[in-house]
Amino acid sequence: MAITATIKKIFRFYLEGFKNMRLGKTLWGIIAIKFILFFVIMKILFFPNFLKENFSNDNERAEHILNNLTQGEK
Amino acid sequence: MEEHLVDWSRAQFALTALYHWLFVPLTLGLSFIIAIMETIYVKTGNVIWKEITKFWMTLFAINFAIGLATGIIMEFEFGTNWSNYSWIVGDIFGAPLAIEGIMAFFMESTFFAIMFFGWDKVSKKMHLLSTWLVAIGSNLSALWILVANGWMQHPVGMVFNPDTARFEMENFFDVLFNPNAYTKFLHTIGSGYVMGSLFVVGISAWYLLKNKDVVKAKKSIVVAATFGLITSLFLILSGDESAHEVALNQPTKLAAMEGLYNGHDRAGIVAIGQLNHEKEIGDDKPAFLWDFEIPYALSFLGYHNTDAFVSGINDIVYGNEAQGILSAKHKIEQGQVAIAALKAYKKAKKSGDEMKAAQELQRFRAHEKYFGYGYLKDEKEVIPPVALTFYSFHLMVGLGSWFLILFFFILYFAMVNKLDGKKMLLRLAVFSIPLGYIAGETGWIVAEVGRQPWAIQDMLPVGIATSQISTAAVQTTFWLFAIVFTGLLIAEIRIMTTQIKNGMEGH
Repeated sequence: MAITATIKKIFRFYLEGFKNMRLGKTLWGIIAIKFILFFVIMKILFFPNFLKENFSNDNERAEHILNNLTQGEK
Repeated sequence: MEEHLVDWSRAQFALTALYHWLFVPLTLGLSFIIAIMETIYVKTGNVIWKEITKFWMTLFAINFAIGLATGIIMEFEFGTNWSNYSWIVGDIFGAPLAIEGIMAFFMESTFFAIMFFGWDKVSKKMHLLSTWLVAIGSNLSALWILVANGWMQHPVGMVFNPDTARFEMENFFDVLFNPNAYTKFLHTIGSGYVMGSLFVVGISAWYLLKNKDVVKAKKSIVVAATFGLITSLFLILSGDESAHEVALNQPTKLAAMEGLYNGHDRAGIVAIGQLNHEKEIGDDKPAFLWDFEIPYALSFLGYHNTDAFVSGINDIVYGNEAQGILSAKHKIEQGQVAIAALKAYKKAKKSGDEMKAAQELQRFRAHEKYFGYGYLKDEKEVIPPVALTFYSFHLMVGLGSWFLILFFFILYFAMVNKLDGKKMLLRLAVFSIPLGYIAGETGWIVAEVGRQPWAIQDMLPVGIATSQISTAAVQTTFWLFAIVFTGLLIAEIRIMTTQIKNGMEGH
């Protein structure tokens, strides 16, 4: 019971905080746009993880790096 | 590795890091100034301090919101553009960056909300505690990032595992208490405090010039100028310690910072001077067209001993037997042996020849210290761009000295209540806000350009740290970031200036 009441209290605290925001709404808008741009568009389309995309396990990744370090093939 | 790819990858990382650093120092410094202001409010009960605190808190929120997650872009770049590097350092960086992420998320999401939504909803003391915890949390986030950066400048507490191709952490506390890391941390947060102070002093000075919100502006100035004066002195001390670490672990950077070609005892610091751009490594031309030198100061700054020998660029490239400095050529040869041994070790392991593998591993360990040098084609490659490092260092030091003077006079005239009449000083305070940003950025240029060609000092040059991706992809994302970050900067400046023009009333 006490936990539920605390959770409700915290929820109301955040809800009222967000509702009463003035400039904060613009800032949250900017944060939302930025997050979509960074994490959805840029990360997925432009920034794949090179080693995760091209190799299936850590042994292969280590092998690739060791090749780069030792064979001057870079 | 294709030279253009390396250069574009470096340019992209530099661009994102420089933009990121436009937002961070204000967060570091302003958070503490706000906490001090709120403490005064809680102690005195004077509502004017609450209004002052709320005003600066609004500007803090704008900067925080716009700057939020700009640092994450660098992590994207690690995975895409710098995959060799990120794999090799993954074991070292994993712990500090994970702690940073968790700490930042929990502290900031919890206490940030109380700081902004909690006025009149939680007790004054609880609110004050939250404001202090946001300040401390932001600064602790910087600690973990700088522990990682300090390790790159002076790698300690690790061993290279030739089977996994990774540096593996042997001692977390060696990494955490790496002298290079904590001196860098103290100097970096110090620069943030000075930036926060310049921001508050500059904007308050603008209010005084406009004869607007005069009382609140003056009170803000007293807090910020005091904080700025104390932290400027701290910045000088931490800068001295930072330079000492550079002298011990990165003598090449120190030589570039000072444009010192021929090392000598009792070396002086060039306080101001113009480099001779026709000067080449190893020739007899003078390093400077003109300069003003403070005798003994470089020996003292670098080694805390006025008689100490400070190595120059020529000593580092060609060696200096009398001083026990190995030539770059010798180190390159040692590095090549280490690479050959690593290759032979790998081959022996594959063929199941454990005895040969053990021998080659021993050979690798014997030459491992200069491993990274084996990738350099020319001995002169060990020297970073001298002009950029030299001018950035001197600009940073010059501006840092100016800020100390500015805070002193601003505080003095504020205390004797004669600030209103000092129009020139107030204008200089406004003008010093962008100078604070320039000082911070030049500091990072010294730290990062000055350690080239290394991604990890002596271990991994940037040319070997990059991924095998197309240059066009890096160019595309470079311009994409340039546009996005410029847009964010314009948004920040526009929202900030609107809030500032609206004045301190109503907060």
